[in-house]
Amino acid sequence: MVTYIFKRFFAMIVTLWLIITLTFFLMHSLPGSPFNEERTTSEAVQKNLEAHFNLDKPLPVQYVSYLKSVIQLDFGPSIKKPSDTVNEMLGRGFPVSFELGMLTLLVAIISGITLGVFAALRHNGIVDYIAMTIAVFGISIPNFVMATLLIQQFAVNWGILPVATWKSWQHMVLPTLALATGPMAIIARLTRSSMLEVLTQDYIRTAVAKGLSPFKIVFKHALKNALLPVVTVLGTLAAGILTGTFVIEQIFAIPGMGKYFVDSINNRDYPVIMGTTVFYSALLIFLLFLVDIAYGILDPRIKLHKGEGK
Amino acid sequence: MEKVLQVQDLHVSFKTYGGEVKAVRGVTFDLHKGETLAIVGESGCGKSVTSQSIMKLIPNPPGKITNGKILFKEKGLVQLTDKEMRKIRGADISMIFQDPMTALNPTLKVGDQITEGIIQHKNISRDEARKKAVEMLQLVGIPSPESRMKQYPHQFSGGMRQRIVIAMSLVCEPEVLIADEPTTALDVTIQAQILDLFRDIQKKTGVSIILITHDLGVVAQVADRIAVMYAGKIVETGNRREIFYKAQHPYTKGLLNSVPRLDVESGDLKPIDGSPPDLFSPPHGCAFAARCQYTMEVCEKVYPFETKLSDEHLVECWLQDERAKKMKVNIR
Repeated sequence: MVTYIFKRFFAMIVTLWLIITLTFFLMHSLPGSPFNEERTTSEAVQKNLEAHFNLDKPLPVQYVSYLKSVIQLDFGPSIKKPSDTVNEMLGRGFPVSFELGMLTLLVAIISGITLGVFAALRHNGIVDYIAMTIAVFGISIPNFVMATLLIQQFAVNWGILPVATWKSWQHMVLPTLALATGPMAIIARLTRSSMLEVLTQDYIRTAVAKGLSPFKIVFKHALKNALLPVVTVLGTLAAGILTGTFVIEQIFAIPGMGKYFVDSINNRDYPVIMGTTVFYSALLIFLLFLVDIAYGILDPRIKLHKGEGK
Repeated sequence: MEKVLQVQDLHVSFKTYGGEVKAVRGVTFDLHKGETLAIVGESGCGKSVTSQSIMKLIPNPPGKITNGKILFKEKGLVQLTDKEMRKIRGADISMIFQDPMTALNPTLKVGDQITEGIIQHKNISRDEARKKAVEMLQLVGIPSPESRMKQYPHQFSGGMRQRIVIAMSLVCEPEVLIADEPTTALDVTIQAQILDLFRDIQKKTGVSIILITHDLGVVAQVADRIAVMYAGKIVETGNRREIFYKAQHPYTKGLLNSVPRLDVESGDLKPIDGSPPDLFSPPHGCAFAARCQYTMEVCEKVYPFETKLSDEHLVECWLQDERAKKMKVNIR
């Protein structure tokens, strides 16, 4: 197990390095620079600014010096908001985004699995049809449309929940719902189909023949086997939720990382682009790693490394 | 002898888009305490459906017990609710399925799968259940059972898994054990070991066994009595000696003849010509008439009465009728 984690950790570092390199050169290949604005600055000022942010040096030199600072976990200063470092921005934005993301993931997983299990148990019954109709809506309505619909109904028409911002739990309800419906629908459909397959397996019949209650059969014997494909998509779903937060944060005026991310690209704020990308990538890679660990826990037949088991 | 289980005139049908399949059409048999009854017959003759009906494991819909009684120690099972039936399953009557590779849950430890049955049925602590499970594993011949309890099914071989399945089914000390082709998925040496195990266990626990199989070799080794099924009906029953040496029904004879023999020069297999009847609309007369060498006119029109040849030997065939014996044999 330890060697496996060590190996994975090494692979994660390499992946991250590739992402950094790619983003760095792609970003610099974009036309324009942070100082290209309508308001003209004199050449001398521009030169000075570029020298201050190391932008006058050749690209490879900039690249190496950037790598050095990233290794020290220093993402540098923001060009547009000189009062802030990128680290400070992440420190402020990430907890909020993380809260929103985790809440969403939790809501999506719990409601998705419940919906899927009940749909499978009442296969081709009314519950099944209702659950799958909800799922189809969830998949087909984009989260920004969902968000505006929710705001219209709950905040504007009925006035029971706040329209925007991020303060109390009431503020969290609408953004979380808007972001969670898509992933929830995907999880529900997957759980349903995989549950239906598992329920026809021989070991389920064995469990019935033992005289176990339907509750035990479903939750002890069937669900654990049915969840494997669901866990597989959790990694990608988490990625979807992360990118989804950019849009949802804009709509609900939530002070998360999404705002910095979008603004930084518009402004060509190089250090911020790099910082947010690297941070998001690291997070995603880590989530995928967790998914792999979860595999091994759910299904003992999946060995994480050679030599375990026998 | 005490009758543990009685099946009387059992009819089971499956509703399909093509119509109603009458899979079991009036099966009657008794199971005595401590005996092994083998139900033999080819694929699709209704032997598995019969056994699953006893446990009420037939998925409903489409399957349904349309008529008949199943009595476990005088207690009718057919009309029991699902909740009442759950108390019987695993505790009084338990079942072993064909394929040990798929009968165990791959994600649960073997120990948990054995103990959960006891915990469900008997009011005992987890520790006692564990102890009982270890005992059971020892009984079925699994070495170092305590450490094996903590392993998963994929860490066992096929034969070992079938031993675990057997341990699992016996752990609540049931009175009836239904084994649905328990050795079909195993290779021959393991098969012999498992059959030995069955005999051994029966001696130790006195459990009555219904053995469902199409392998006459297996039957010859372990069965006390044999019921031969064809197209949803039992056509001949008798003790082992009677069926193997004095079989009267042409189908039973055909089955016995089709077993490959080592002591005969010619290596050709002797199959029974033809195929079983369509159970959507089973024939009025004897279902085997179309494949039988000795068919008479009456065979196709009226189902034969039961003829009693000895206390245990019953056969349903017109050839056993007094009137048939006077006829000149004219094999077509």
